[in-house]
Amino acid sequence: MSKHPPSLSNGNSHAPERRTRDARPQDARGVPLQAQAKRHRTAAVEAQALSFSVNAKQLLDRVDLRAESGQFVGLIGPNGAGKTTLLRSISNVLSYDEGSVRLLGEDLDKLPARQVAEILALVPQIAPYTQGFTAFELVLMGRYPHMGRFQVEGKEDDAIAERAMRLTETESFATRTLETLSGGERQRVFLARAIAQQPRVLLLDEPTSNLDVLHQLKILKLVRDLVDEGLTAVAAIHDLNMAARFCDRLVLLAEGEVRTEGAPGDVLTAETIETVFGVEAAVYREPATGALAISLIAPAEAAAVEAPVRRETTASRSGEQAVAARSEATSGIR
Amino acid sequence: MLYTSVSGLRGFRQMRVSARLTIGAAILLALVLVVALVSLSLGPVDIPTSHVAWIILSSIGFDVPEFARTEQLVIDQIRLPRIVVGASVGMALGVAGATMQGLFRNPMADPGIIGVSAGGALGAVIAIATGTAALFFLALPVFAFVGAMAAAFLVYGVAAVGGRFSMATLLLAGVAINAFLGAIVSAIIIVLPDNEALREILFWLAGGLDSRSWEHVRIATPLIVASTVLLLLMSRDLNLLMLGDDEARSMGVRVGATRITLLAAAALATGAAVAVSGTIAFVGLVIPHILRLVLGPDNRVLIPLSALAGAVFVILADTVARTIIEPAELRVGILTAFVGAPFFILLLIKNKRQVYSL
Repeated sequence: MSKHPPSLSNGNSHAPERRTRDARPQDARGVPLQAQAKRHRTAAVEAQALSFSVNAKQLLDRVDLRAESGQFVGLIGPNGAGKTTLLRSISNVLSYDEGSVRLLGEDLDKLPARQVAEILALVPQIAPYTQGFTAFELVLMGRYPHMGRFQVEGKEDDAIAERAMRLTETESFATRTLETLSGGERQRVFLARAIAQQPRVLLLDEPTSNLDVLHQLKILKLVRDLVDEGLTAVAAIHDLNMAARFCDRLVLLAEGEVRTEGAPGDVLTAETIETVFGVEAAVYREPATGALAISLIAPAEAAAVEAPVRRETTASRSGEQAVAARSEATSGIR
Repeated sequence: MLYTSVSGLRGFRQMRVSARLTIGAAILLALVLVVALVSLSLGPVDIPTSHVAWIILSSIGFDVPEFARTEQLVIDQIRLPRIVVGASVGMALGVAGATMQGLFRNPMADPGIIGVSAGGALGAVIAIATGTAALFFLALPVFAFVGAMAAAFLVYGVAAVGGRFSMATLLLAGVAINAFLGAIVSAIIIVLPDNEALREILFWLAGGLDSRSWEHVRIATPLIVASTVLLLLMSRDLNLLMLGDDEARSMGVRVGATRITLLAAAALATGAAVAVSGTIAFVGLVIPHILRLVLGPDNRVLIPLSALAGAVFVILADTVARTIIEPAELRVGILTAFVGAPFFILLLIKNKRQVYSL
């Protein structure tokens, strides 16, 4: 993949330049300013120069990640970019080779595992299951980090678990065992467990990967609402439209490195999408929701090789132009 | 796989963990006492249960009506230690089975899976074949225990080689070392010239509780009780481990340390049981399995109740074994396999139908 154009890391320094070139309207959230104002306070999650490799393959290469308290940070990037590895490093699941992670200002290495679980909950990408546990029993497990060794769940824990199941709309299958649930249902049950854990920081690894469109919206809306109430969330999200719509900040990873980061409008440019994902895209404002929208037009490889000039123009395309461009692009490939 | 659809929970499954635990424990404790009492009264010398009760009460300082000295001797020196050893063994096999099934995330795992039974057998066979067993009384259980622990260490060592421990390797190493130790035992049996020793070996391999004394209680029971308490304390962590290492880790479990402690405690309990009773089949497989069907997979319930149910099962089986063909005795290990295996197959067939009807 060395044929890539120069890396876009340290996106902030490039951002103004891109903005002037970019004709489309800017993101309305205005988060970058807010985020900058908070810089001096302690971040909820602060990873610095994280590196991790397995069998000489560098999965993370000096990755920085900062999530302010009460912020929803989206991790985007192609398969194998290191999103899952980054989430696993922050959540103490794997021990990274170099770098440091601070949770609410405390060094992750120095925190006892139990205490980490009180601060932070992880919703795994593939929800595992064990024969026989019911959905409710699994959600109750979220209470373990808060209980003493000789304690069992009390009425209060039941109430917390029930509330988490109501929020994720999983109460209708509370008494069903995990192996009888579909992948999407199980994924929501695991989110319910993470909520029952009452963490300060919620890490989600592609929380919507198995969900239907309705539940994708509902779950991300739920996370958004929780964040607005003060939770900090970091989520790996594949769907760029969803990421743009729900996250305060996006961090774009590729090949184990941060390529760019910032407000969704700054990160998700047609140019960046083409360089990092290899997809020719149009970025515009969706009239119905007012959110940033990304239309994926075609794999960019052919276009990039044959007509490098075209990349410059796609960056400033509007949605209507994109439709026209689509036929142009396909005929070009033929 | 095995226990599948629980559509609309029934019975114990609807209850909270604490209720499941207390009610289950109350029932099983009562059962332990009843079965023990009945077992104490049965045998070549018939002792009425009222006398049994008096004898026990008098030994803890109560004023009771007269009873025969011989009756007291039979109970104190023969039947009671045998029952206590049986209860300890049942307890050990029950908790170790539940733990192994949880650790391997597989209801087919049994306490012998990491080589403990085969190692114990080899230790015992060596003690008998070399004549050490005849030299002093505790040689046989000590050899068996050492063999069991050595085998467990070997299996664990193979699985942990290169620093990356894996449960799959542990399972495979267990299978391989079980086969290897079994081959050595067979070889010793074949080349052994002494018929008396041969008979003794076969007798031991079948597993039994005959002529167990308070000495046996003293060497096995403290180890078994300590391991059981340890497993009980870690049962919540085992619940999380059943969801996978990553899950457990993200929920605050120190996976490596927890797993090795669980394995060690289960191996210790099983090793102690094997040392005093030989290999008693099927208890560790069947007991946790049945309880899981009734009570659900929560190890905080499963582990303590497997201990009690295991005790009930072994005392009961031993009572039948020693009374069914009086004056001769059947070995308890033969009986548990004889009853356990068909029952287990029945269970498999029943649950298979459930899977297909889904």
